[in-house]
Amino acid sequence: MRSGRGRSYMSDIAIELKGIDKSFGLVQANRDINLVVRKGTIHGIIGENGAGKSTLMSILYGFYQADNGAIFVDNNEVEISGPSVAIAKGIGMVHQHFMLVENFSVLENIMLGAEEGQILNAGIAKVRAELLRLEAEYGLEVDADAIIEDLPVGIQQRVEILKALYRGAEILILDEPTGVLTPAEADHLFRILDQLKSQGKTIILITHKLREIMAITDEVSVMRRGEMVATRKTAETSVEELAELMVGRRVLLQVDKGVANPGKVRLEVENLTVRDSRGVAMVKNVSLKVREGEILGIAGVAGNGQSELLQAIAGIRKAEKGRVLLNGEPIGVAGEADPAALRRRGLAHVPEDRHHMGLVLKFEENENAILGYHDDPKYLKGMFLDIDAIRADAAEKCRQYDIRPPDVRLKTANFSGGNQQKIVLAREMERDPDVILVGQPTRGVDVGAIEFIHKRIIEMRDAGKAVLLVSVELDEIRALSDRVLVMFDGRIVGERSPETDEGALGLLMAGVSETEEAVQ
Amino acid sequence: MSAPYAKLPAWVDFGLIPLINLIVAFLVAGLVVLLVGENPIRAAGLLVEGAFGYGEGIGFTLYYATNFIFTGLAVAIAFHCGLFNIGGEGQAYVGGLGVALPCLWFDTILPWYLTFPLVILGSMFFGALWALIPGYLQAKRGSHVVITTIMFNFIASSLMVYLLVDVLKPRGSMSPETRTFEEGGQLPRLDWLLEIFGLNIGGAPFNLSFLLALVASFVVWLIVWRTRLGYEIRTRGFSPSAARYAGMKEARIIIVTMMLSGALAGMMAINPIMGEQYRMQLDFVGGAGFVGIAVALMGRSHPAGIIPAAILFGMLYQGGAEISFEMPQISRDMIVIIQGLVILFAGAMEHMFRPAIASFFIAFGGRSGVPAAPASE
Repeated sequence: MRSGRGRSYMSDIAIELKGIDKSFGLVQANRDINLVVRKGTIHGIIGENGAGKSTLMSILYGFYQADNGAIFVDNNEVEISGPSVAIAKGIGMVHQHFMLVENFSVLENIMLGAEEGQILNAGIAKVRAELLRLEAEYGLEVDADAIIEDLPVGIQQRVEILKALYRGAEILILDEPTGVLTPAEADHLFRILDQLKSQGKTIILITHKLREIMAITDEVSVMRRGEMVATRKTAETSVEELAELMVGRRVLLQVDKGVANPGKVRLEVENLTVRDSRGVAMVKNVSLKVREGEILGIAGVAGNGQSELLQAIAGIRKAEKGRVLLNGEPIGVAGEADPAALRRRGLAHVPEDRHHMGLVLKFEENENAILGYHDDPKYLKGMFLDIDAIRADAAEKCRQYDIRPPDVRLKTANFSGGNQQKIVLAREMERDPDVILVGQPTRGVDVGAIEFIHKRIIEMRDAGKAVLLVSVELDEIRALSDRVLVMFDGRIVGERSPETDEGALGLLMAGVSETEEAVQ
Repeated sequence: MSAPYAKLPAWVDFGLIPLINLIVAFLVAGLVVLLVGENPIRAAGLLVEGAFGYGEGIGFTLYYATNFIFTGLAVAIAFHCGLFNIGGEGQAYVGGLGVALPCLWFDTILPWYLTFPLVILGSMFFGALWALIPGYLQAKRGSHVVITTIMFNFIASSLMVYLLVDVLKPRGSMSPETRTFEEGGQLPRLDWLLEIFGLNIGGAPFNLSFLLALVASFVVWLIVWRTRLGYEIRTRGFSPSAARYAGMKEARIIIVTMMLSGALAGMMAINPIMGEQYRMQLDFVGGAGFVGIAVALMGRSHPAGIIPAAILFGMLYQGGAEISFEMPQISRDMIVIIQGLVILFAGAMEHMFRPAIASFFIAFGGRSGVPAAPASE
């Protein structure tokens, strides 16, 4: 069967998809997709949200069946009727949202679904031995007895990979694997993937981050609107070309930004300390000032207190001590701060977590367009909502922010990540606030929308707003900010100009030069 | 990555799936009937005939449905806020005080149409009061409302026994109930409404509270989908963190919603007390508070679904009584089994047939897609 046996291993084909069609009702999610993934390579699949990458991989992994077309694994045509078939064919998948039982140990999670009998003892011993072998072979150290919820996400992801390997995966599909990782964790993941590749595994990497594609893949296929528009050797392409292929037009990757013109201080934080629900201090004695007409960026690895800082300023989280002044007036940070009142005082907030805070996914688009501003008289007729006014207003914002589809009655969950984020931005920016808090503005957002969102943030600055930007994407911080504060372990460990090179900022983010700062 | 997610057409979601669940429930119930040696087809005939076959049957069906609309709405509005109010039974029971007291005080002085508004306010007040305490405990202390409302059902039960036996019972009477109200405490029957359709209501206690239930349904729809309060309730129900982000007062929303829920449950007491018995008896609620949970589940917490679901359960109550008349093998308890099966299939196992139906619609070119990919491997 294997016609390519005589040739070099690079031309050995691990997976071939021919003419895959898949539609959901009227939506054609995949159209005549042809894809060849060579054995022992890392193959990137890139495309904007909604381009059909996830659908295609779901077909390969057996979640969906294609309407037309054929799948070949190792040059044999196969019918993948479910994930169990895919696993049997040596295909493993690491989902974007981990499929782990949080309160089980690593070992138990890996064993899950492969217990071999009612009495677990024999199975456990076997899994433990196999786990040790896999860890040694691929350099994937994990404490087998650690409980999942105690582990950082990077390690949890490693467990997912181990799970797939334990089930005998030769071909590993990773769906947006770096979405939840810190830069260091992402680097580590890439080293692991390289290691797996060198052991002969085939890896399919789904992402919308061009940098990752360039850094790690051998070949890259670009999807756009359900079609496979191009496949390139990574070495022979460029970020610009890929971006253009993805979006279908030229994309400005560099942010165009004039000189900042800072005015008076709009937001002032003094000695703020915030504890989380377990009583651990997450923000330690932080002070900062944001002036109108400037963007203050806070860089840091996720989990170093940026989220808590943002929430405390927005009045959502209680601070233990310290003061926050908005336009020179204190806000009650000790718990009496009222997010609704702060909005009226000119504080807008684009939260880090748009799925749980910024939006109610089960609401219609227009209902989300008033979240937090629903007590504005212009949306009300007495105690009743003025539905017509709300929908007209939402439709207008859809137009201004190019929210697609421009259907204000569509459920918010059905919008792509980028469009969801635009719904939040439109709502917060169109209120003409004095201060705007922006958390992770482009997390899970496609390239086309990133450009748009960055432009809007800079427009806010140029309109004289004070912008406080928190992002774990160092590139984003450097591109947008006028000043950069680095946060580590709840403290501000230094202020740098955005031109500071990435390595130096990275060291600060890792807390390395903390002592040097203290001396200054 | 966004999986291609599209929901099923509304008529499938709200029409076909509940219907299939119902049919399966009846098929299984039929097996149970077969098991006790009766003919299930005849039983089904009796059920429908008894509930809808003649004027009096319809009157009874709608009388029972009235109870279930109120309790169903009560559960539904709490659902919208993410609260599971199991205390409808107790809230309706205590709500009875708000019906009985105005009737006892004013039935000889005021005509019924003046007592009625007092009774409405009274029942709402007492029902809301009984839900206020669990609501407060949930909002301020984090005590789970499921636990507290269940406990409050028991407290209500004991409290009402005490009041009926020691306080409200007329001197010299042996039965734990209030005296019978005079004309000012009696709601008119809706015989004229059925006469429009050429039906004779006979002795059925179908009364004005049915129209009140319809008005309440409309008001609930209005509150939930058209007011600022309803917007806050739904936001909190879908996503407490989004509600906090938006600056909504979570504790206030919880307490207000529980009070609304209790008020609706309390209004249920009007139907049996002022509409049928003209007195308050022990255990007049008779499980309607719990049936309300099933009604709300089946009606998808929407008034337009709750009304037909309530009528369905009214049919089971009335037609079930008819079956136990005609088929001595089938006792009242059998009817409860059938009701239980309906609750099981329509409520608890609501999603059992959903994946199959969804894939059917995809296979045959239905206009939309499937729910997101299954989360298992």
